[in-house]
This record gives sequence, C-alpha cells and structure tokens, in this order.
Amino acid sequence: MALDKTEYSMSAAEKMSNGAVGRNKNGVRVDRSDGHVHQNGSAKKEKRRPFIESFENIPLLTAATTFIGFHLILLMGYVTSIIFTPKVAREKNRQGYVPLYDRFESFYSRYVYRRLRDCWNIPICGCPGSEVTIKDRVTHDCGWTFEYTGTQSTALNLGSYNYLGFAQAEGSCSEDSAVKIKELGCATASPRIEFGTQKIHQELEALTAEFVGMEDAITFGMGFATNALNLPSIVSKGCLVVSDEKNHASLILGLRLSGANVEVFKHNNMESLRQVLHNAVIKGQPRSHRPWKKILIVVEGVYSMEGSIVRLPEILELKRKYKAYLYVDEAHSIGAIGRNGRGVVDYFGVDPKEVDILMGTYTKSFGSAGGYIAGSKAFIDHMRVNSHGNCYATSMSSSCAQQIISSMKIIMGKDGTNEGKKRIDQLARNSRYFRRRLNQMGIITIGNNDSPVVPMMVYMHSKIASVVRRLKTNNIAVVGVGFPATPLMEGRIRFCLSAAHTKEQLDNALVHVEEAADFLGLRYSRKRRSKEPVHYSDSESEME
Amino acid sequence: MIENPEIEKSALECLSHYGVGSCGPRGFYGTTEVHLDLEDKLAEYMKCEEAVVYSYGFSTIASAIPAYAKRSDVIFVDEMVNFAIQKGLDASRSQINYFKHNDMEDLERLLMEQADLDRKNPKKAKRTRRFLVAEGIYMNTGLMAPLPKLLELREKYKLRFFLDEAISFGTIGKTGHGLTEHFNIDPSEIDMISGSLENSIGSIGGFCVGSHFIIEHQRLSGLGYCFSASAPPLLMAAAITALDIMQRDPSIFQTLRDNSTFIHSQLSSQLPSDLRVHGHPESVIKHIRLANPSGDKVADEQLLNEIVDKCEEAGLALTTAAYLSDREVNLPEPSIRVTVNALLSKNEIEFAVKTLKNCAESVFKIQL
Repeated sequence: MALDKTEYSMSAAEKMSNGAVGRNKNGVRVDRSDGHVHQNGSAKKEKRRPFIESFENIPLLTAATTFIGFHLILLMGYVTSIIFTPKVAREKNRQGYVPLYDRFESFYSRYVYRRLRDCWNIPICGCPGSEVTIKDRVTHDCGWTFEYTGTQSTALNLGSYNYLGFAQAEGSCSEDSAVKIKELGCATASPRIEFGTQKIHQELEALTAEFVGMEDAITFGMGFATNALNLPSIVSKGCLVVSDEKNHASLILGLRLSGANVEVFKHNNMESLRQVLHNAVIKGQPRSHRPWKKILIVVEGVYSMEGSIVRLPEILELKRKYKAYLYVDEAHSIGAIGRNGRGVVDYFGVDPKEVDILMGTYTKSFGSAGGYIAGSKAFIDHMRVNSHGNCYATSMSSSCAQQIISSMKIIMGKDGTNEGKKRIDQLARNSRYFRRRLNQMGIITIGNNDSPVVPMMVYMHSKIASVVRRLKTNNIAVVGVGFPATPLMEGRIRFCLSAAHTKEQLDNALVHVEEAADFLGLRYSRKRRSKEPVHYSDSESEME
Repeated sequence: MIENPEIEKSALECLSHYGVGSCGPRGFYGTTEVHLDLEDKLAEYMKCEEAVVYSYGFSTIASAIPAYAKRSDVIFVDEMVNFAIQKGLDASRSQINYFKHNDMEDLERLLMEQADLDRKNPKKAKRTRRFLVAEGIYMNTGLMAPLPKLLELREKYKLRFFLDEAISFGTIGKTGHGLTEHFNIDPSEIDMISGSLENSIGSIGGFCVGSHFIIEHQRLSGLGYCFSASAPPLLMAAAITALDIMQRDPSIFQTLRDNSTFIHSQLSSQLPSDLRVHGHPESVIKHIRLANPSGDKVADEQLLNEIVDKCEEAGLALTTAAYLSDREVNLPEPSIRVTVNALLSKNEIEFAVKTLKNCAESVFKIQL
C-alpha cells in the first residue's frame, strides 16, 4: 500500500535527520511514492506521475559554521552598538514613557538586518514580468540610509510571483481591465453586503467556482484578509484545528482570531498528522474530554518557503478515516500546477468535491489582487452571511476583477486559443529544467520536483546577501530569505519561475548561479551528480 | 471621487505602464515608484515624518495595533469602535479596557484604576505599555472624539495614542486634514494616525502616518504589510491624483461641510417623530434610529429595512448598517446609515429627505 511505503521511508528518514552522516550513504532522504492511494477492489489504475520530494540535510560542518557565523554577527553588532551611536530615529517628547520596542527586537533590526537591508524592498519602475526594471540605489553608510542614483537597470526577474506570466502591461487582459475602469470606476467604497456588489463580482464568483470545480465561490479584495477574516467564521472555540507547521502567517492569524484549539503536525509528515488526529479523537477537548465540535485540517497546496507540495491523497484518506474537514490554501498552487492549471486537485487527479474548502489567491498566477473561497453551495451561503470580510471590508476593484476573468478564461481555453495550455506547459518545463540543472551543479534544492518555487539552500546569512548582490550585478533579480521567515540555520535563495521565462534566459541565469556557487562555495550536495545533459522537455524519463 | 475623470485617467495611465497586479510583497520586488510616491505624498499632506501604505483598508488598523501591543500590555479603547479595530485588539492579545462611548470621565476612572494597580506593582508597571485607541468620527455612531481632552489624559497618564481617521480623513477640517485640523492641534502630538483610502479618496487601501520611530517598525512587523502582496499600482496612482485634487481645490471641503450640516438640519426638522438622527452636525456619517426602540433588535432592523426598500422603489438608495450580531463587542442599535457626498446638490438633498419622510410615515402607518 502506498501509505505503508511512505511510512517506511519516513521512519528510515527520521533516523537520518539528526545530521549523523555516518549511518547512511549520503545523508539524503528521498521520499518516493505514487501520487494516489490504492482503493480496495478497484481495477489497475494507469501509472501516475511519481511524487518526488527531497530534503537533503545540512552537512554538519556547514551547520557549525552557520551557527558560529550568526553569533559572530551578533557579537559584532553588540560591540558596534557600544562604540558608535546608531543613526536611528529617536522618540521626541516622550520622556517617562515605557519603551515601545523590546531591546532584542531593536538590536536585531539595527545591527543584523540593517547590514543586509539592501537586498530587500528593492523599488521597481515597471511591470514585474519576466524582466523587471530596478531603480538603482546605493548606501554610503552601511545600510542606514539609501540614495537613488537616478539610473535604472533591467534584470531577469526570478523573484516575483508571476507563475503564468500574466503580469503584462499589454495584452487582452489589460485592455479589458481598462474598459472596466472606464465603465465601473476604480473602487466601490462599500462592503459587499451593502452596496459593494456589482455584476462583475457575481460573474467572477461563478467563473471561479467553475474553474476549481466546486459548486460556488465567494471573493474578497485581499488574499491575506481572506484567510484572516474567514477562518473565524469557520471554526470557533470548541473546535480543533490541525495545521501544518510551515503554514503561512495569514492562516496562523486567522486561527488565532478564531479562538479554536490548534495542534501542529510536522511539515507534510503523514505519520505525525495521523497521530495528532488519533489522539484528538480519543482524548477529546482538553478538560472536559467531550468530543470536539469539529476537526479541521489546514494545509497549503504549495508551500512557498519550502517548495513542497501537499500529499493530498494521503490526507484525504486520513480525513475520511477520522471524519475531519479539510481546508487547502492554494495561494501558490492555483494556476501553477496540474495538467490544466487547476491546482493540487488537478495535479493528483482527485475529485475537487472531496476537499471541503478550497481557498486561493489571485495575486500569483492571475496577475491581479484578491482571494476566494470555494466550497459547497450551503457552505458559501453561510459565508456570505457570516464572513467578516463580506460584512465589513470593501469589495474588490472592478479592474482587478476583470483581469482575473480575462486571465482565467485564457487558462481555461475559453478564449478559443490554446494560449493557456501553452503557458501551463511552459511553466512545468521551466520548473523541472531549472531544478535539475541546479541539482546537477551540486546545489541543494529542496521541495518537490514539480513545484514552480525552487529554494536553493545557502544556510549562512552572509551568503544570502552575497548571492543576491552578486546576481544583481549580473542583472538577475532574486529573493533571499532568512531568519525569522525560515529557521535560523536555513537561509535560502528562492527562485520563482514563470511561464514567461525562455530557455535562453534560464541558461544565462544558471551560468551566473554556477559562478556564484564556485565563488561562495554553495555546492553542498553529496548526492551523485549525473554528467548527462539535462533536456528541456516535460517528459518524466529524465532523472538525475 | 469615484466618478472623477482625472482619477480614472491616471489609473489607466498606470495600468498601461505597470499592468494590474504587483505580483509580490513589498519586500520582494513589489515596491514600485508609485507606492513610494504615495507614501511621501501622504506624509507631506498630514505633516508627519513617514507614512506606510497597506493594500486593504480593513487590514491597516488590524495589523497596526498588534505590531505594537503585545500580551502584557494594556489598551484603553472606546466601546463603539469599528470592527477592524476590534479585530486588531483581538490579535494583539493585550488586556482591553472599554470606556463608555465618548465619556471622558469613565476613561479617567479607568486610568486612575490602572494607576492604582501600577503603584502596587511598580516592577510590572515599568514593563507594561499603555495605549489609547479612538476614532476620529465613529463609524457606528457618527460622533467625533473629543481630541483635546484625550490628549490631556494621554499626557497625564503617559499613554500612546492611536487615532483611526478612516472616516474623518479628507472630510473634516478646513482643508480636509482630519480631526487634528478641526481642533487645531499639531499632528505630531498623536503617536500614530491611521486612515483609509477607501472612503474619501475613492481607491482601495489604507495607510498609517507618524514619526519615523513609530512607522519604521511596521515595515518589519505589520503582518498585513510584510506577508501580503502590495497594492495594485493603478489604485495607488488613483489615490495620488485624489490627493492632488484635494490639495489643489480645498473648496470641496467647504461644500461637504455645508452639505453635512444642511442634511442634518433637514433630517432633524422633517423626519417623523418616530425617527431620530444621530451624529455630529458636521460629520459625514449620520445614523437614523428609532426614537423608541422596541428592545428587539431584529424586529427594529426589519422595520428599518422596510423603510429602505420603499425608498429604493421611490428612487433613493439607502442602506441599514450591517453588523455581525454575534461577533461585535458592543452591538449598536439598528440604524439607517446616511453618508454625505460633496457632489449632492441642495435639491437632491431635499428630495432625499422628503422621500425618506414619506416612506417612513407610510411604513409606520401600516404598522399601526
């Protein structure tokens, strides 16, 4: 059974995960399992694509140097803070007040974050498509202040969430949005339940429901707010929520506001989830031991920091067994994975109605703004009356709504061309090719082979900044993430691929990444590297 | 501002340059020149040092409060604040003390109680931050906060003051600078002013202004800022144009004020005695409530809905204020919320009041 195979490989992997290299050949944990669950008595199913995720462990030496390096930065910061006065704003007219910020918080932001500050919040002056125009700035005082040089530079954009390449200023989507602005204005200034519903919102909801394969959908003006404002209407005190440890901040905020009990399970680890559910059903609520009002499992489709894809078939089996509900946040997976771009349910070939609640955002693959929740008609009707967002928050702008409608129609093929299918295939090819080439160089990438987010592990904070700066001089724009968004020892560079990237652009980027890898020592992987050329195709026969 | 052709034009121009979405959070290539321009303009307009712009009005105050107030802190807040502030307070996990609506004596009493507690435990008092949250014009009642008295209490008890000017920004004050201009107070006395781009500016989003010291913190710990995609540039461009119009032509504020006071006087004099209008005469939000509420909020709301439906048939669009009855901390009485627009002419206002009066009278007659 597929579940057993996964369990077996999991427990073997747990033994390897404490960094002890000697016990295993090369410290690699590779989970391979079929993408679907075998049903009893069913006929032989066709071969599904394999689910390949890898989370190679950090080499011991690197872990040690990262640890020492971080504390060295803190020590240097401490010494600097004693010798020099910081060029930082001070409060005026507030003597005798309790200090507003914690000491460690302000120390960290002044002496650690400030040194690397030029890698983030980089201003752009054009459309964030496959190439982006960056406004150049320099700092003459180690990051305290910035000055604009007045020049601009164009760089290959590997940092924006533009999975299907709809972030374009020209094209049918933008033209349609322009028409709608002239017709309906920029905004409605009213919540949906009062005067904020225009016909375009209803059209959008019907189209979204059709796209994801559910009965009905409801949309909101902001993706973050969709989670934060709607989870309190779904769960409340007396409910249990089982959430993945790497869930996004919006989910965590929504769960906190709801007042439900939250239990965390290890990232994408089905054994951990099974144990949590098992204990929850047996023990019940904490003091009274009454059964929980409901149990909701909250996961994401694609985790943007890890690049992993949720193990949906296995979760569905656990959900059926323990009679729990499932909420999948498809912020990064809708439009980006699956043969028809319909997200994780499409990727695994599962009936969408098996998942109770599908949530997603329009920011990444559709080039717009906003979020939606899709489910059964009864559920959505409940949300229309009880959702905080519906009742108090302004409705979506008509231009954003039109952009989504146009791009969704292209993806679904409703515009009469196969432009949508071409984009989806291009994205899949780009993701696989890029990841395989990086692995071939010996760089550790984590996550699923099919995910459009490719995190490259660099571990040390100084290396994050060096790679970003180095690639910027070579006109490649990337994003680095470190503490506190990721664990302390796991700094990474995150590449976001797009259907708008061509093979030439990716090859050029890979040349520069390889140079940086040689200069900074990023070839951490101890897996065997294949010397065969990587083909740019989406056939599955290419393996490392 | 929503129908203004100048704003539409600038939004279209921005669309042709940037596309619709910004495809990333502010930290990862989502910061465009338009965002930076708008922040500079807002800071300049409100005469503060720095501004930070959010992509949604609701998340602005709901992310700003938890960025500063943590579990061990104390917040004093008016009991009739709007829902977004209530969510911000929930997310902060601090101890919340509600004082009666616009009642400064009640607030002083609570502050004195807190001061007593502090005297008994000075060590804890040194670590507990104290905040005061109020709205410029309360969305739920239409009254204005008594700013001078609040500032006096703030000074006396060493509180940090957050003012939510979602409604009052761009509507009161001689040139639309909000409550601080109305009372002739320097904006730097207030620690942080938060506002919305959705009401008077006709775009989507929100902002916070204040000193560098306070606002810089939100760029790293405001959840709605760091973990959410930045606002679509075209909506930011619309907001910039709206601000330009406001600065260029301050006479619209006088028109708005005249309209507000005129509506108020008309409603007070013309409405049947069963209905009463609530709200400051100069406020742009007025609530029409039953003079003798029956005590059953659901039935009262239904009655008001009937009046609103009849008005709609007669060509007047009104709405009852929407609340989630089981989520509000202090559910207000059902009301018809009237908002004033600078583009309304005297005739239109008179027509509106007359229609409302006739519909209300006919509904009450049926009731009897």
